[in-house]
Amino acid sequence: MEEIQPILFVIFGLITLGAALQVVTRRNIFHAALFLILTFFGIAGLYVLLEAPFLAAVQLFIYVGGIAILIVFAIMLTRRMASPELDPVNRQWWIGAIAAVALFAVLGLVLLGHDWGQAAGSVPEDSIQLLGRTLLDPEGFVLPFEVASVLLLVALIGAVTIARERR
Amino acid sequence: MMVPLEWYLILSAALFCIGAYAVLARRNAIAILMGIELMLNAVNVNLVAFWRHLEPAGATGQAFALFVYVVAAAEAAVGLALIIAIWRSRDTVVLEEVDLLKG
Repeated sequence: MEEIQPILFVIFGLITLGAALQVVTRRNIFHAALFLILTFFGIAGLYVLLEAPFLAAVQLFIYVGGIAILIVFAIMLTRRMASPELDPVNRQWWIGAIAAVALFAVLGLVLLGHDWGQAAGSVPEDSIQLLGRTLLDPEGFVLPFEVASVLLLVALIGAVTIARERR
Repeated sequence: MMVPLEWYLILSAALFCIGAYAVLARRNAIAILMGIELMLNAVNVNLVAFWRHLEPAGATGQAFALFVYVVAAAEAAVGLALIIAIWRSRDTVVLEEVDLLKG
């Protein structure tokens, strides 16, 4: 299992990056949304490689099952504007491309120039239980946890209010 | 052999830059939202990779990643609601044509 990890990383990485490139370059917005789902699958695979199975499952539930479907719904509701003859990029797209490539160059130089140290041991057997306890621990993340639930409620009500049909 | 941390960092940097390009260059508001989702995912890959390689005995990295999920879900819901509201009132999802606040 240990030996094939780099191979799996390359496979999942290529799926993720290839699909992400398709997301940003496809003319048809619906195809872009489908490639976005493939990107999310690739990232879930990376989480499995990183021994974070809970996050891999959450990735599939929230992103593939939730956000991607929400995006597909929004595309369907605004269907008329997704016509192929519409230019998909704005006039300054080449400046955006240069900025993205320059950002990647800077990030790459910094990331490769720094010594990050060796991997520190293995993941404990009960890492998911530990995550749950940390989230609800008063010494840990219980306050952000509660604030997050309030944020989700506010976002839910806000989304319904904003998107509601005015009469 | 375990995959080195640098590989994950480079991959998430590339994913972040792809998302940033979408935000900067695309005209369709939904495509811009997709770019934002790509950037948030890149951040999450970074957080989990750092957790695995630098502190696997704790849970802080994973907890942070979960909070990023919450923010991403809220952002997607409100963002798409705004896009639908704009489409209803102005009949467009091209952000250049939404210039109500332009002087």
